[in-house]
Amino acid sequence: MTKKIIRINEATIRFAGDSGDGMQLTGTRFTEATAIVGNDLKTIPNYPSEIRAPLGTLAGVSAFQLMFGSQQVFTPGDLPDTLVAMNPAALKVHLKDLKKGGTILANANAFTAKNLKMAHWENNPLEDGSLEGYTVYSIEMSKLVGKALEDSDLTSKGIERTKNMFALGVLFWMYNRPIEPTEAWLRKKFGKNPAIAEANITAMKTGFNYGETTEIFTTSYAVDKADLPKGKYRNITGNVAVAYGLVAAAKKAGKELFLGSYPITPASEILHTLSGLRNYGVKTFQAEDEIAGISAAIGAAYAGDLACTTTSGPGMALKTEAIGLAIITELPLVIVNVQRGGPSTGMPTKMEQSDLFQAVLGRNSDAPIPVIAAQDPADCFNCAFEAARIALKYMTPVIVLTDGYLGQGSGPWQIPDPKDLPEIKISHPDSSARGENGFMPYARDENETRPWAIPGTPGLEHRIGGLEKENISGMVSQDPANHQLMTDIRARKVQNLTQEIPALEVCGDSKGELIVIGWGSTHGSIHVAVDRARKAGKSVSHIHLRWISPFPADLKEICDNFDEILIPEVNSGQLSLLLRSELLRPIQQLNKVRGEPFRASEIENKINEILG
Amino acid sequence: MSETIQGIEELNLTRKDFVPGNEVRWCPGCGDYSVLANMQKTLPVLGVKKENYAFISGIGCSSRFPYYMDTYGFHSIHGRAPAIASGVKLANPDLAVWVITGDGDGFSIGGNHMIHVLRRNIDLNIVLFNNRIYGLTKGQYSPTSKLGMKTKSSPFGSVDRPFNPSSIALGANATFIARALDVDAKGLQNSIKRAQRHKGASFIEVYQNCVIFNDGEFADLENKATRPDKALFVVHGEPMIFGKERDKGIIMKDNHPKVVTLGGDWSEKDLLVHDETNSIITNLLLEMTFDPLNPTPFGILRAVEEPTYNDMLVSQIKNVTETLGKGTLEDLFYSGDVWEVK
Repeated sequence: MTKKIIRINEATIRFAGDSGDGMQLTGTRFTEATAIVGNDLKTIPNYPSEIRAPLGTLAGVSAFQLMFGSQQVFTPGDLPDTLVAMNPAALKVHLKDLKKGGTILANANAFTAKNLKMAHWENNPLEDGSLEGYTVYSIEMSKLVGKALEDSDLTSKGIERTKNMFALGVLFWMYNRPIEPTEAWLRKKFGKNPAIAEANITAMKTGFNYGETTEIFTTSYAVDKADLPKGKYRNITGNVAVAYGLVAAAKKAGKELFLGSYPITPASEILHTLSGLRNYGVKTFQAEDEIAGISAAIGAAYAGDLACTTTSGPGMALKTEAIGLAIITELPLVIVNVQRGGPSTGMPTKMEQSDLFQAVLGRNSDAPIPVIAAQDPADCFNCAFEAARIALKYMTPVIVLTDGYLGQGSGPWQIPDPKDLPEIKISHPDSSARGENGFMPYARDENETRPWAIPGTPGLEHRIGGLEKENISGMVSQDPANHQLMTDIRARKVQNLTQEIPALEVCGDSKGELIVIGWGSTHGSIHVAVDRARKAGKSVSHIHLRWISPFPADLKEICDNFDEILIPEVNSGQLSLLLRSELLRPIQQLNKVRGEPFRASEIENKINEILG
Repeated sequence: MSETIQGIEELNLTRKDFVPGNEVRWCPGCGDYSVLANMQKTLPVLGVKKENYAFISGIGCSSRFPYYMDTYGFHSIHGRAPAIASGVKLANPDLAVWVITGDGDGFSIGGNHMIHVLRRNIDLNIVLFNNRIYGLTKGQYSPTSKLGMKTKSSPFGSVDRPFNPSSIALGANATFIARALDVDAKGLQNSIKRAQRHKGASFIEVYQNCVIFNDGEFADLENKATRPDKALFVVHGEPMIFGKERDKGIIMKDNHPKVVTLGGDWSEKDLLVHDETNSIITNLLLEMTFDPLNPTPFGILRAVEEPTYNDMLVSQIKNVTETLGKGTLEDLFYSGDVWEVK
C-alpha cells in the first residue's frame, strides 16, 4: 500500500502522559529531530510540581507542546493538531484543547477500568464513540513493545517504560522526522547500560514501522524547511541560553564567572548548566539559601569576578535586602529571575509575569535598578549578555526577567560568531589611583560610575558597605545633603542607560489606531495576533520592551502616534500601571494569570474588541 | 598564601600601617578596642601583604570593625558576612579574608551562614565578638544571653535558652576553634596568628565586655585577681593546669571533667592533656563552659587539617580543564545538535 504524504506549513503537537511516562523527554527528542530537519519551532513544557504525583491521576499529568513550521514560528501554538495521550488522565486534561478534527494517539493498554475511574471517565472514550469528530489512533503500545522486546533481558516494568519511545517512533513516521539522532542520543545516554539503550531504540523503531506498515495510518505529513536567516542553528532553552550569555560576557570581559545560587524551580537549570562548565573557568557556589547565594555573588563582585545569582520569585523576595546592598555599594551583579506563579510558593512549575513590580520597585527606600526582560528562549542569551555588559560598564546590579515558559521552553538559536559579540572593556584602577588624600572609591567618571578597585591592589585599600557613603571619598556619611546627592546619583545612573538602549522597533505602521505594548515572553503571541489583525485590515502595531527600567527614550514619542494603547500581560496589570505614570495616558489592559502564556487568539480577540 | 613566599621582614609592616585616619566610635571602655588593637598589632607579623587583607563584617557594634582597619573592607548586611566573605575568597583565593561578627549577627540572624561556612571549611578567619547582648539596638537579649536575664526586651527575665557558639562551631565540623578574652592580649594575638596560619575556616570566639548594656558579664574572667582560678588556658600537648598557684588540674572522673588539687593525691600525670586534634577533648572543654564547678576554657580548642572548599574548587577547575581542555565559546555554542540554514 502506498501512503500519501501531505505537505503542511505548520503543526502543533502535544505529548501528554503520567509524570513518570517520560513526556518531557519524548517531546525534547521530537524537538531535536524537528530542529535538525530545519523547521522553525517553539516549545513549552507543562508539568506538575510534584515529582511523581499518584499514578494515573489528573494531578499527575505532564505535557510538552511544540509548534513547528516552514515559516517563522513565534509561539508553541495555541491548540494542538495532534495529542498524544498515554493514559486516560492525559486525555481527560488535554482533550478540551485539541483542535476540532484533530488527531489523538492513545495507548489503549492504559485505558483500564481502574485508570478510567481515576481520570473520572464513566466509559472508555476510545470505545464509546464520544471522540467522534477526531481522528483516533488507539494503539496497544504496551502490548506491542512487550512483544517486540520479549527476548530482552529487561524486566516487564523496564519494557513497559519504553512505550514513550514507541509513541515517538509513530510520530517520527507521521511527520517524516529522522530517527537516527535519537538513536545516537539513546546510545550515548545509556552508554553504561546498552540493554536499555537498545530496548528503547527497538521500541522507537517498532513505532516507526507500525506507522509505515499497518493499514490504520494512510497519511503522513511533511513540513518544509523554514526560511530562517542563513547561519548555524541549534535548539536552546531559555535557561541554557542565560547560562551561555553569562559565560560569553565573562569571556568578552576577560573575567571569571561566579554564580552564587540556590536551587529553585524553574531556574535550577541555569545552576546545573553552569556547574558543568568548570573547564570554562566557571565557579558555581550552591549556597545554603537564597540570601547566601546573592551575598556570595556580591562578595565575588567586590573581589573582581563577573558575579551573578539566579532564582525565581520567592528567592528574589529573600534576596531583596542584598540587592539593596549591591545598589548602595555600586557593585556589578547580574540577578536572573525566572518568574513563576505566585504569591508565596504559588505555582512553581507554571509561568507568570508577575514579578515586574518586585524587580522595578521591590526594595526598601529609593533603590533604582536596571531591568531587562527576554522575549523568547534564544533572546535569553542576548539579555543575559547585555545585562552583564551594563552591570560591568556602569557598576550596578541588573535584573534579568525571564519566566518558566522561556526558561524551560525552547526554540532555535542562531549561533553567534563569538568574534561578533561586543567586547566588554573593564578597567580596574592600579596603585597610581591613590592621591594625596588616599584612594577615592566613590569618584565618578562621565557616566557617574565609580572605580572598581580590586582587593589585592596595593595602596587602594578602602571600605565599602551598606551605610551611606560620602560621594567621592567613600567615608561613612549621614550628612543630609550628601544623602540627597547620592540618592539622585543612583537614580541618574539608571536613567543614563537610555543612551545604551537601541531605538524601539515598531512592528507595523508607525502611526495608527492601536499600539500593543508587550514585554517578556508575550512577544510571540502578540506578534502573531497583531500580524493576523493587520492582515484583516486593522490599524494596529506592536512594540516590545526589553528594557523596563529605564524605559527607552523613544517610547513616549512612538505612543503619541497611536490613539489607543493595549498592554497584554500575564499578571494583573503591572506594566500598565508603570506606563500610565510614565506616559500619563489611559491604557487598556489584557490580563490573565492562569499559569500559562497567552494564546494569540486571545490577544487577537481583544484587538478586535477595541478596534470594533 | 603569600606568607610562604614573602619573608616577614621584607614586608616591613607596622601596626600604624593598619590604622586609618578616621576616629573609632565605640563606647569608651568597650572590649572591642582591645580586639582592634591586637589585630592591628598582629597582622604586620603574619607575612601577608597589607593589600591582601580583606575584612568583611555584618551589622552590629563589632561589625564597624572594617572601618577602623586600613585594609580592604566590606561592612555588609545583617548576618551575611560569612556568605559575602565566601564569595570574596572564592573569587580571589590569594586574599587573607577575615569575618568580623557578633553573637546576634553571627548566631541569630546569620546562624545559617555561620554553620555552613564552617562546614564547608572555606579558608576564612572568623572573629565572633560574644558580649551576650544586642548592643547597637540598645540592649535586647541575644541567643547567648543567660536564661533569666533582664533586658529591654525581657523585663521579666529572658525565657530564651542560650547556646554556646563554640559548641555550634564544633557541631558544624569546624576545623579550627579558639576562644579568647578581650582583655587577654596574649591569648588574642595567639588566636589571631594561629587562625591566619590555619588552612580552612578558623573560628575565634572572643568574650567581650559590653560596658553599657551587659557590663561585668565576664567579670570573674576579666578580673586579674579571679581569672587564674576561673579560666583554664589550654595548650596542645600539655596537661590542663590552672589556678593562681598553678596547683589545680582537670581529671576525668565518672565520665566528667573534674577539678583536683595537685600535690597530695594528684600529680600532673593524672591530668587530662589537651589535644587540639581530638574532637572529644574539644567537646569536653566546651561542655565545661557553663559548668560552675569547672573553669572556663580558653586557647586553641581545636585545630585539624581538612581539605578546604576553595582549594578543592580550584583543583576541580584545573583537573576538569586538563581533562576536557579549556573551553572556548565556539565549543560551548556548538555543544548541541547543530544544523545549518544555507
